[in-house]
Amino acid sequence: MKSRPSIFLGIIAIPVSALVFLVPFAFIILTAFKNKQQATLLDFSWPDGFHLWNNIVEVVTTRNWMLLTAFINSTILTVASVTLPVIFAAMVGFVLARRKTRWNGLIEFLILAGLMIPPAVVPTIWLLQGIGLFGKLHGPVLIEVAYGLPFSIILYRAFIATIPRELDEAAIIDGARPFDVFFRIILPLLWPVTVTNIVVQSVGVFNDFTNPLYYLPGNANATVQLTLYNFQSQFNTSYNLLFTNILLITIPPLLVFLFFNRHIVAGMTAGAVKG
Amino acid sequence: MTVLSEAGSALSHGGSRAIRRSPYPGWFFLPAALIYGVLFLAPTFASLYFSLTRWTLFNSTFIGLDNFAQFFREPFLVQGPVNTVLYAAVTSGLKVVLGMLLALLLTSAIMGRGYLRSVVFFPVLVSTVGVGITFTVLMHPTRGMINDTPALFGIKGPGWLVDPRLALFSVALVDVWKGVGPATVIYIAGIVAIPKDYYEAARIDGATKWQNFLYVTLPLSRPATATVIILSFIGGLRTFDLIWAMTRGGPGFASDTIASVIYKQYRAGFYGLSTAGNVVLFVLIGIWSCR
Repeated sequence: MKSRPSIFLGIIAIPVSALVFLVPFAFIILTAFKNKQQATLLDFSWPDGFHLWNNIVEVVTTRNWMLLTAFINSTILTVASVTLPVIFAAMVGFVLARRKTRWNGLIEFLILAGLMIPPAVVPTIWLLQGIGLFGKLHGPVLIEVAYGLPFSIILYRAFIATIPRELDEAAIIDGARPFDVFFRIILPLLWPVTVTNIVVQSVGVFNDFTNPLYYLPGNANATVQLTLYNFQSQFNTSYNLLFTNILLITIPPLLVFLFFNRHIVAGMTAGAVKG
Repeated sequence: MTVLSEAGSALSHGGSRAIRRSPYPGWFFLPAALIYGVLFLAPTFASLYFSLTRWTLFNSTFIGLDNFAQFFREPFLVQGPVNTVLYAAVTSGLKVVLGMLLALLLTSAIMGRGYLRSVVFFPVLVSTVGVGITFTVLMHPTRGMINDTPALFGIKGPGWLVDPRLALFSVALVDVWKGVGPATVIYIAGIVAIPKDYYEAARIDGATKWQNFLYVTLPLSRPATATVIILSFIGGLRTFDLIWAMTRGGPGFASDTIASVIYKQYRAGFYGLSTAGNVVLFVLIGIWSCR
């Protein structure tokens, strides 16, 4: 089976993949460089002049610096709703992997249900209003935590199952309290899977459109995904600004992709073998 | 070590003080269970009741199964469930086939493998709404790039998003474009895990490349296929953001899915009807995953 890399296949595959996957991105970038007149043509052409900076300034200052507010909101939402489940999910994964009780079946069922069942939107809004968190950033943070927990727990449980139990027992013999066993012995060992978890979840929350749309109404609370509607109207869409906006909000996930590519792929496959 | 764990379990069956010293305390479940229970489970159970009511968020009148009857009677609402299943079937089918082919390509010795793997996976990280808007522009019937190219040869491209018969499938194609990366990654993991012995045995038996694929790779990557189907089918049933970004369910109601109907009814203030849509989706996913 071992042979020299197939140059023939590569010569076909590389241009085809570039056409299919890279041209749309090139289109985003080119359009972001254009002025309004040229962008309206929607064609794949070289920009007439360098208008990127003007576009950026206009996009950022539109509607009273809404994009800036949105970036701050998205950052708070992402950071808060990714840090909390790291500890909570690791705690659940730890006990779930170590202690076999008759509840484990039920708990595992609930975790799978959380991965598959679509959240009931209006009752959640009703509940958030009831506890006074609707339209505030705290509500969606807790909601993203709740929706993200099942995936994190599966990730942690699978990883903790590979850590030998003898480690806990040694710590107990040395007089560690249960609390210490987890926080001082196990938690530090979970670093690799924690990185995967943080990277996958933060990209997910940052790119989330649906939940902020439902649970964070109003311009003051907009997240970056919702700003895309600023430049879109039925009759007069400013395509140069729209694509500058897309470009700007794509940069953070892009950086994550460049630095953590391996972790993301690991997360995808780990989340997949959940059966 | 066994002695210790036996002693441990003996202790934990003893007095309350011993239970507290169990190294795997039950209260570790509490924070997660609280958030998950209040913000996910409770609304899910509440939806079962509210779907049977006419609901204004402040008070609700019980109306039995009227919402569901309406959901399956109104032509523009019944389109939703049909489209949802169609969309999920098309996207997951294409992701299985293309994911498998790409994985075969990317596990073989091929020039530029690292680049190809990154480029296939890359769209996953871009915001769905951004991708949706970009492709809406690219699929513009007269000015879009996708139709411009055949137009050079005098061929008139289809009206991807404006033709009611095509709109749903155009969105499904973009979904595949964005989501084929994870499917490929899962298949790559599955194919790499197949022991080399099988291929060696096949080689000794004089198998051709095609037979290698048909009798070794394909059957042995079945777990990967199952995973890809489960993930992409459920993802397809739940899709909202891409459809909303590209067509908003239009033209007319031609590409409405359950998720977009839920949102539209919510915006229109029909909270009971919207919740009923949620329950329909819930039941659909339940049936599908229990089959």
